[in-house]
Amino acid sequence: MNRIALKMLMGDRLKYFGLIAGIAFATMLIVQQSSILVGFAKQTGSFIRDTAQADLWVMDPQVRFSQDAVPVRDTTVQLARGVPGVEWAVPLYQGFLRGKMPDGTRFTMIMVGLDDATLMGAPPVIVEGTLADLRRDKAVFIQADKPEKKLMMKQGGGRPLALGDRFSANDHDAVVTGTYRARESFFWEPVFYTTYTRALQYAPPERNSLAFVLVKVKPGNDLHAVKSAIERKTGLAVRTNEEFVKITADYILNTTGIIVNFGLAVALGVLIGSLVAGQTFYNFTLDNLRHYGALKAMGVSDRQLMGMLLLQAATVALLGYSIGVGLGSGMGWIVASQGLAFSMPWHVPALTLLAILSVCAVAAWLSLSRVFRLDPAVVFK
Amino acid sequence: MTMHNATIDTGLPAIVCRNLAKTYGEDETTVHALRGIDLAIRPSELMMLVGPSGCGKTTLISIIAGILDKSGGDCQVFGEDLSAMDPGQRTAWRRDHAGFVFQSFNLMPALTATENVAIPLLIRGTPHREALERAADMLNRVGLADRRHARPRQLSGGQQQRVAIGRALVHEPRLVVCDEPTSALDHETGYQVMEVLRSVATAGDRTLVVVTHDERIFEFADSIARMDDGRITGVTPGFTNGAPARKPQ
Repeated sequence: MNRIALKMLMGDRLKYFGLIAGIAFATMLIVQQSSILVGFAKQTGSFIRDTAQADLWVMDPQVRFSQDAVPVRDTTVQLARGVPGVEWAVPLYQGFLRGKMPDGTRFTMIMVGLDDATLMGAPPVIVEGTLADLRRDKAVFIQADKPEKKLMMKQGGGRPLALGDRFSANDHDAVVTGTYRARESFFWEPVFYTTYTRALQYAPPERNSLAFVLVKVKPGNDLHAVKSAIERKTGLAVRTNEEFVKITADYILNTTGIIVNFGLAVALGVLIGSLVAGQTFYNFTLDNLRHYGALKAMGVSDRQLMGMLLLQAATVALLGYSIGVGLGSGMGWIVASQGLAFSMPWHVPALTLLAILSVCAVAAWLSLSRVFRLDPAVVFK
Repeated sequence: MTMHNATIDTGLPAIVCRNLAKTYGEDETTVHALRGIDLAIRPSELMMLVGPSGCGKTTLISIIAGILDKSGGDCQVFGEDLSAMDPGQRTAWRRDHAGFVFQSFNLMPALTATENVAIPLLIRGTPHREALERAADMLNRVGLADRRHARPRQLSGGQQQRVAIGRALVHEPRLVVCDEPTSALDHETGYQVMEVLRSVATAGDRTLVVVTHDERIFEFADSIARMDDGRITGVTPGFTNGAPARKPQ
């Protein structure tokens, strides 16, 4: 009976392709919007992941996300270094500064100051220059990715800030001595790297300037035990990379309304999928009700009918889903190649499959209840 | 009680209805579709049920075929009371013992003639290949060997009804129920369809009950039961006089 069920399904080409197109569109919408949301969520943690040499981040408990530096006392570094199990602990400055390019174009930057001695916390890939160039006078590293978008000089013909350029950081001279490559970030402001001491010179004077202390745990020591020990000793919050990534993502996604916006788009996908797939499948069943009646009269059991309808629903669901995921991935690939947020971990297609199967199961169930109620005597009417 | 039967003196009847009643609705809206039907149909008989629209013909064959429940009386089909079975058992009984020919053919438009004929075998779990082979053989018997791969829309009305006859017979049912099998066909085609039905269906002890308005096909009947207002008003021998005149040599 399975072949008959499939032939019934594919016999009405218009409805068949309509069903698949509807499910494919809904799948694409769900996959694409979910993947963009995941992409954004991932990008919120880019700075933390780029600073992956450390195991732990020591910070003020009020810090809500990675760019929300709440200064702590400078002595925190020494306190952390004194905790058993700590291999090293280094200071990290981070703050928003105003800048001015050689042509007078003003901009806002995130200045990151690395420990002068070790340069721990440096970006993962140096493109121009070497990390040691950061120790040169007034040296600053800028991001090599898309400077024409973030670091464009608007006057005099316009060109992006480049290696060798001098610019002003909070009215202090700075020189670009190197460029680096980093992950795409959710935050728009360009991130500049310099040494910790020089960053404090650039930054406006404050009682405390230390944003974070990066801590490396000695091999063989329990990460969480060391974390707790530092918390007890400093009275500050200590977070692992993953914890810090999570609270950053949670804060940004919850406070910016991104989840609501993309959640609505995903819900829209499910709704459209439900309406299109449900309505079309139900209509398909209604159109074939006479044939189902004939089958019932000829001795097809309700169980066999259920199998036929579920097979039909599963077939259009899987075909539509496959096409939708393919289209969503293709569009995502184009979006991602433009540097926009798009990330499709296996959970996205898996959960989408679950959603689409649920939608089709509901459609099949509605149709089934109609077929079960069908009086086989209808064939004589 | 008068038992209407054209050939009641020859062995046990295949179908016996006694005081069979069927009502629809309740109280003021009650409709009496059957008002005490007494009828016996013997094995291998082709009985035609005739009468005006709404007289209960279709209700009667629906009860005989185990599609509809009776409201009163008794109806034994091959010695079994179908109304005593649960719905699943009745469905299985129809699958194994009944064949249907519908007024509007009810062929699956997406299936070929062979596949349509094979449906009753597939329902019974016959392997696909074997079912198609037997269906092709049946199409040969109803004269459609060269139209095996045609879909219903590619067939004439008469050819579609012959496919439906093949579908009703392919699993060798003991009972074949036909609802107005020629009403959608012109006279010549209807006649040809009845010739096929008469020649192929009345084999062994198979019993045929044919509901019809079409007096032109009465000559194919072994007996004719006339109905009016939910009652059998009389049963007369058909033109075949118990020996099918149109059965091919």
